[in-house]
Amino acid sequence: MHQLWLIPALPLAGFLLLGIFGRRLSKPVINAAAIGSVVLAFLWVVKTLYGLGALDQPYVERYFTWIASGTLNVGFDFAVDRLSAVMLLIVTGVGALIHIYAIGYMSHEGGYYRFFAYLNLFMFFMLTLVLAANYLLLFVGWEGVGLCSYLLIGFYFLKRSATEAGKKAFVVNRIGDFGFSLGMFLIVAQFGSLDFQTVFAKVAGLPVEKGPGMLAIICILLLFGACGKSAQIPLYVWLPDAMEGPTPVSALIHAATMVTAGVYMVARSAVLFNHAPAALEVVAYVGLITAVLAATIGLTQYDIKKVFAYSTISQLGYMFLALGCGAYSAGVFHIMTHAFFKALLFLGAGSVIHALSGEQDLRLMGGLWKKIPVTFAVLLCASVAIAGVPPFSGFHSKDAILLAAYAHAPWMYWVGVVTAGLTAFYVFRAFFLCFFGSYRGDAHPHESPWIITAPLGVLALLSLGGGYIDVPRFLSPVFGEPQAVQNESLVYISVGAALAGIFVAWLFYVARPGLAESVAGALGGLYRLVYNKYFVDEAYDALIVNPIVDGSRTVLWRGVDAGLIDGAVDGAGSASRFIGGVLRLMQSGYIRRYAAWVVVGSILVILAVRFAGGAR
Amino acid sequence: MPNDFPIPLSAPAVPLAWYLILSAILFTLGVAGFLFRRNIITVFMSIELMLNAVNLTFVTFSYRLKQVDGHIFSFFVMVVAAAEAAVGLAIILTVFKNRSTLEIDEVNSMRL
Amino acid sequence: MDGLLFLTFAAIAVGCAINLVLQTHPISSALSLVGVMGSLTVLYLLLGGEFIAAVQLIVYAGAIMVLFIFVIMLLNAGAEKRPTRRVVALWVSLPLLFTLIALAAILIESQAPETEVVRFGGFSGGSALAVGRALFTSYLLPFEITSILILIAILGAVVLARKEI
Repeated sequence: MHQLWLIPALPLAGFLLLGIFGRRLSKPVINAAAIGSVVLAFLWVVKTLYGLGALDQPYVERYFTWIASGTLNVGFDFAVDRLSAVMLLIVTGVGALIHIYAIGYMSHEGGYYRFFAYLNLFMFFMLTLVLAANYLLLFVGWEGVGLCSYLLIGFYFLKRSATEAGKKAFVVNRIGDFGFSLGMFLIVAQFGSLDFQTVFAKVAGLPVEKGPGMLAIICILLLFGACGKSAQIPLYVWLPDAMEGPTPVSALIHAATMVTAGVYMVARSAVLFNHAPAALEVVAYVGLITAVLAATIGLTQYDIKKVFAYSTISQLGYMFLALGCGAYSAGVFHIMTHAFFKALLFLGAGSVIHALSGEQDLRLMGGLWKKIPVTFAVLLCASVAIAGVPPFSGFHSKDAILLAAYAHAPWMYWVGVVTAGLTAFYVFRAFFLCFFGSYRGDAHPHESPWIITAPLGVLALLSLGGGYIDVPRFLSPVFGEPQAVQNESLVYISVGAALAGIFVAWLFYVARPGLAESVAGALGGLYRLVYNKYFVDEAYDALIVNPIVDGSRTVLWRGVDAGLIDGAVDGAGSASRFIGGVLRLMQSGYIRRYAAWVVVGSILVILAVRFAGGAR
Repeated sequence: MPNDFPIPLSAPAVPLAWYLILSAILFTLGVAGFLFRRNIITVFMSIELMLNAVNLTFVTFSYRLKQVDGHIFSFFVMVVAAAEAAVGLAIILTVFKNRSTLEIDEVNSMRL
Repeated sequence: MDGLLFLTFAAIAVGCAINLVLQTHPISSALSLVGVMGSLTVLYLLLGGEFIAAVQLIVYAGAIMVLFIFVIMLLNAGAEKRPTRRVVALWVSLPLLFTLIALAAILIESQAPETEVVRFGGFSGGSALAVGRALFTSYLLPFEITSILILIAILGAVVLARKEI
């Protein structure tokens, strides 16, 4: 036994310790507990993977039977195969780095122990999600990370916008979870089990569905759940608002780990999706449309964290595009590289915000490359990585995706290339606006302490060199051999698009600063539409949220609850009182009147007995 | 008695039903007394009248069924009537002591 | 002879009962009740209930009614005053009573066989011997319980009728 359960148990112990005793512990102890649990989990992951060797077959540990109901048997089982190995390393490794960063970042904040308690709880649920060997245990982790996301987004709970954002995240996630649950019910109905190995073995024996069939419906429902968790259309609206949480939270949960849970789940269910090509098409379309849409919105935002939030949505769209084109390993590869450079982007942005004592608006930054050089350097690394400039990590993974897209449907490749150009543009727009030009704000920028910059350095190295970790080949036993590069020119075109994006950004924001405003003014209405995020939030409010709230208020609250139920209960009371009031007229206190009633009653009894057949 | 007594001594025997009808009449007169009289003691005596009527019914049915159980029941009724009369009259004495009235309509404080 | 006796004493009983209801002074009502009980004694004898007849006369008419008369004397109850005419009550109650009698009569007529007549000596099982035997064998438990009942009644009466409450 390799004691897989220790991996999530260590963060859980950290959560319990910090949650119960945290108020009385001193800061060094809290730091030790928080970081120690995650670092130890990472080390245990490494040790376990080392001990498991080749991992051609999944390694399963079954602990106990959780649900035994009728024909359904769900066990509390953990499993490790190559896919979960990649995810485990990402979650624990990047997670550990972010924990270290957070010690420096949150050192002046209130609720210190609570923050780390929630972070540890999140790690526990995320690791449960990744290690789960059946859909139900995965769903437990799924819901748990949603809960932690809510807790951490609303960490500054005295701020109205933060609590609203937390609620929004949870509710939208829940809608996706509904789809996931329905998918699980159908899986149970069709295959009688939720265990991965059992279900996948059964599905492998089925023929590939031509059009919409039961498998396609299941896959669409699972996809709906993944859209909620991974912020794809139509359930992406929570992620930009989630930036209300502290920056380490944005980095860990909304960039590197939680939002990739949807991608992981779809990749895990590859067997199902491969047998329902119609659903796979939907996945590709969803990913592609989301990628383009989010990239366009990211062009116009002024809050640095919002830019990166939309960037996350767009990159997740790329991952779904990869999955939809059948290149599962490319999608997982992109999860890894994205974890590196997106976490770095967010943490670097946090360093900038920390340097400026809380400023987040790009319009009030500028000329910071002299003042905070270390942050400047690492953000440069991250920006070139995400733009897809070779030989850095983003280039390798994004190219794998684009090549797979070309092999699937060439027009998808072209849309992807345009989006890559947009990605490079908006990332470098933010970069140039932040670090170049003259300083437009009025704070006193100062470099962050080493405890913040050290994790940034590690992540920078990973962002630069991470592309050489050959994840697709590593995952070939799971998903099949990766596609070889067919067409060299495709690679050149995508790199060219990235470089063009960088050049246009340099043009707009460094060489000719006023050019941006004039273009925006020329586009007028279109610019306003994009700047307001296509009014999607407002549309949701008008079409869905407000009707439900109003309907609840008038029909369900006033009509049913106050009117019907309260009316029934009160009505029973007043009816009793009324009947009592009538009956009390019998109790007049006059004995002779009572006797009269007795006589009446006895006559009735005699009649009843006589005519009901009693006295024959 | 000689057979030429002026009054017909050998009237035909009376059907059993007439005893029961007599009992019903006495009972109803008892109820009437209960409903119409206002003196508490008179009301009590009407109750005793009702009990007597019931006794007659029991003995009649005992004759009809040729069993002694009706007599036994009648005996018990009398016992209970005695006990009830004792206690009831004691209560009437107490009421009179407290209210100084023997009108049944003035003892109506147990009203809702 | 039986029929004659029945008719006579039935008439006396009904007459005394009506008198009980109509008289104003309680003493008159009490004496009417004694008359009813006496007539009923004769009727019991006709029905073969020797023991019951004797008990009726000794206990009911002799003891209970005397108790009533003593209490009337003690309370110095006077004649009832003429009440204000409650015509409504009369109109409701009298039909009620007539209904009661009529129902009872109908029921009785439908039940009792027409051929049964009452003769003196037709039932001989009402002697003291028979009653005593039944009382001390089949009905022993009620017998004992009623003796306790009488004890409680005595206690109750004594407590209730004390001078200081």
